[in-house]
Amino acid sequence: MVKALVQEIRLQKDYLEGEEVETVYFGGGTPSLLSREEVETLLLALKDNFLISNEPEITLEANPDDLKPEKLQELYAAGINRLSIGIQSFHDAHLQSLNRAHSAREAKNSIKFAREAGFSNISIDLIYAIPSPDDTLWLADLEQALALRPEHISSYCLTIEPQTAFGNWLKKGKLKPIDEEYAARQFEILLQRLQEAGYEQYEISNFCLPGNYSRHNSSYWQQKKYLGLGPSAHSFNGHSRQHNIANNARYLKALAKNEPAFEREELQRANMINEYIMTGLRTRWGCSLAYLQEQYAFDLKAENEQLLSSLFQQKYIYYEDGSLLLTDSGKLLADEIASRLMTEE
Amino acid sequence: MAVSLGSRSKETLIMNCCYVDSVLFTTFVLPIMPMKNIRNFCIIAHIDHGKSTLADRLLEFTQTVSEREMKTQLLDSMDLERERGITIKSHAIQMNYQKDGEEYILNLIDTPGHVDFSYEVSRSIAACEGALLIVDASQGVEAQTISNLYLALGHDLEIIPVLNKIDLPGAMPEEMKDQVVELLGCEREDIIMASGKEGIGIKEILDAIVERIPSPKGKPEEPLRAMIFDSVFNSFRGIEVIFRVFDGQIKKGDKVKFVNTGKEYDADEIGTLRLKQQPRDVIKAGDVGYLISGIKVAKEVKVGDTITHVDRPTKNAIKGFEDVKPMVFAGIYPVDTQDYEELRASMEKLQLNDASLVWEPETSAALGFGFRCGFLGMLHMEIVQERLEREFDMTVITTVPSVQFHAVEKDGTITKVNSPSEMPEPNSISHIEEPFIRAQIISKADYIGPIISLCMDKRGIIKNQVYLTSDRVELTFELPLSEIVFDFFDKLKTMSRGYASLDYELIGFRQSTLVKLDIMLNGEKVDALSAIVHRDKAYEWGKRLCEKLRELLPRQMFEIAIQAAIGTKVISRETVKAMRKNVLAKCYGGDISRKRKLLEKQKKGKKRMRQVGNVEIPQEAFMAVLKLD
Repeated sequence: MVKALVQEIRLQKDYLEGEEVETVYFGGGTPSLLSREEVETLLLALKDNFLISNEPEITLEANPDDLKPEKLQELYAAGINRLSIGIQSFHDAHLQSLNRAHSAREAKNSIKFAREAGFSNISIDLIYAIPSPDDTLWLADLEQALALRPEHISSYCLTIEPQTAFGNWLKKGKLKPIDEEYAARQFEILLQRLQEAGYEQYEISNFCLPGNYSRHNSSYWQQKKYLGLGPSAHSFNGHSRQHNIANNARYLKALAKNEPAFEREELQRANMINEYIMTGLRTRWGCSLAYLQEQYAFDLKAENEQLLSSLFQQKYIYYEDGSLLLTDSGKLLADEIASRLMTEE
Repeated sequence: MAVSLGSRSKETLIMNCCYVDSVLFTTFVLPIMPMKNIRNFCIIAHIDHGKSTLADRLLEFTQTVSEREMKTQLLDSMDLERERGITIKSHAIQMNYQKDGEEYILNLIDTPGHVDFSYEVSRSIAACEGALLIVDASQGVEAQTISNLYLALGHDLEIIPVLNKIDLPGAMPEEMKDQVVELLGCEREDIIMASGKEGIGIKEILDAIVERIPSPKGKPEEPLRAMIFDSVFNSFRGIEVIFRVFDGQIKKGDKVKFVNTGKEYDADEIGTLRLKQQPRDVIKAGDVGYLISGIKVAKEVKVGDTITHVDRPTKNAIKGFEDVKPMVFAGIYPVDTQDYEELRASMEKLQLNDASLVWEPETSAALGFGFRCGFLGMLHMEIVQERLEREFDMTVITTVPSVQFHAVEKDGTITKVNSPSEMPEPNSISHIEEPFIRAQIISKADYIGPIISLCMDKRGIIKNQVYLTSDRVELTFELPLSEIVFDFFDKLKTMSRGYASLDYELIGFRQSTLVKLDIMLNGEKVDALSAIVHRDKAYEWGKRLCEKLRELLPRQMFEIAIQAAIGTKVISRETVKAMRKNVLAKCYGGDISRKRKLLEKQKKGKKRMRQVGNVEIPQEAFMAVLKLD
């Protein structure tokens, strides 16, 4: 696989058209399985084929149970400077129902070991709206997370997928679908607690201590170009999106023949506008009306005059420095609002 | 035979096939039969009693249709009829049969099997001299059978009773014979034992048709006098008119006139209906045939109308002609308002072969431009809706079905009200009248209790109760038509485990205390949801409709108040809470285009919704009334 990735890096070296690479992200699946040598090989291949900035953000996604002290030291030495740890919860019962391999204890330890190995930029994932009689466990999860003071927290609402433990329970009627009110309330608790603790919500699901934005994820929301490498990885070059085939064996075969296999979708003006509205609204920088005007000659305000004024009256949105932003109650309805603002031309 | 498709399906297809192809390659010429060798008959049977299978056997036995042909035709028949297991329209087919060395022509005239089409049934019956009365040997006589039987007896038809499905283990031939004897006053020996499935009794039936049914009594020398009992739309050749000649004869090229419409045509082609059409030069008194004369619009061809010659017209038009009157009215609107013109074009085409469909443009504040349509009944309405979808790819919103009410002014003049919006203000009129029906219900005696309470609940008055046998009862009720429009028949079937059967006829208008019930969303009236209901039922109706709407209206970014009101008085209220959360957590590289597509699709979906005030209403909500249980 590493060989194929290196091959793909070579084949795609012109994709970013010479732009400087500011961030590298090892994610999807279990990249923590990579050895120090493999990480180094990949980073070297990137350096050989792309222009890498002076201080790149190099993140690796990992599960707590993979992050033993020696492993962490290796990763750090290989050049990884940011960790994104899939903690999800600090409660064993919840972790089990989420089908996670790690324990609450391993979750806590992983952060401690990472600090000891030298990592000063750590992000953790937390899940809310896990079925529970009340908010006690969620509050406890948040307190535990804050006590560990990671630089960055991503928090997602539980979604029940078929063919998971929750999915089966739902199907058998042992579990009720997640109550909208319950999920909304836990989201509000999240916002309130993290704000009190000095974290900034810079995107619907992302919070950080001052200055510790995920540079990588932020670029997705700013229509920056990105190149995804590996099976089913997604890329964007400013006007089209593409994704590699998902099947590992077919991916390897294709690269062995020097023929990367991907599907490409050329984006229309309306698609670009809609993506910008959808992602922009989710961030603390909002949707820049000037950007839409300059980039796409699209007047968001004129196109949605009535809707925007009613959203404003209902306190779902506000304006700041020529940008459209969501209030906290608006954030809960981000998809609804984005969908209504989308253009069909 | 593809038996698995069920008997009812096949009936349609054989009958249909006669019209499907108009090209014909005959290798033999049929002699013109003298009247004494013609027999015209129909089949009276309840829906599941095996009419079609038996008809199939008759066609096979007389070699009118080969087994192979039956199979091929099976595939071409109209889906809708097959699925619903009913013959929507009546058809005819001609057979040849030899008995005692003599050649006979047997014209089988099929009848539609649903109460919505009772006028057409009466015209089919009027075209015959005899009828096969088919009774399922395990089910017994049903209401629809009886009412059609009475129609047949009223036209002096010779009835040949047939006990069908005698091969089935549940058959009770002796008991059923008792029933039939009691019903007809015939001899036990007159009843033919048959099984369409096994081919039992087929020859006996054919012999009985020849022996017992009288030959037609027409006067060949008199002016032409033929009755239209059916028509079929052919997109290439126009409307094909199916008729029975009573007096005189019709020749190819004749100039003919339809008495009731007054329209004149050239008989471009006439012929008889076999598996395919067989053009002929002349159709004489007593026989059945088709006429093609380039008629484009179904409305010009009225079932029951008389065909005669322009030069030598008959003075005695055939009696019993009626203009078909719609019984149920509803609005039909395009789902997408932009499709109005397309819907109009589709309705016009539909009307070409459905003369009983009437409509006029209508405007609704909630639904925009659409049509107020009149139907023969609920089944007819469903058929129209489905045909629009299947044949014209038009998805439509149908509003609350209603009957025609009469608003009687203080000076006695009557305003016909086909839609709640046409209802005058209560203080400007004297009173309102609504149509009543007489309903005949036949059921097993066990279910009398629940059936009576159902009819009482529907404001019915019991008029009569007769035991047909020790455990079969015929109940007669007078009921408001509006009460049976929706779900009466389904309820009747459910509570009687499928045993009860229903037939009804209109008996006139009667005064009732009716009110207009409005539905409001956040204070704005939704005209398409208004209904005219009996005052005593208004509260219940309003409550259930509000509850149903609460289920059907999606949460929006604000709270929605659903109210039912009579005039300004609110009688029921429900609330749809404001949407609280609609945001998916992740939105990174690979999620973006998937999520954007999803939201773009949702936006499109919202555009299909109708807006009243600030509330968006999905199309299902307009059908809520039909979903009340």
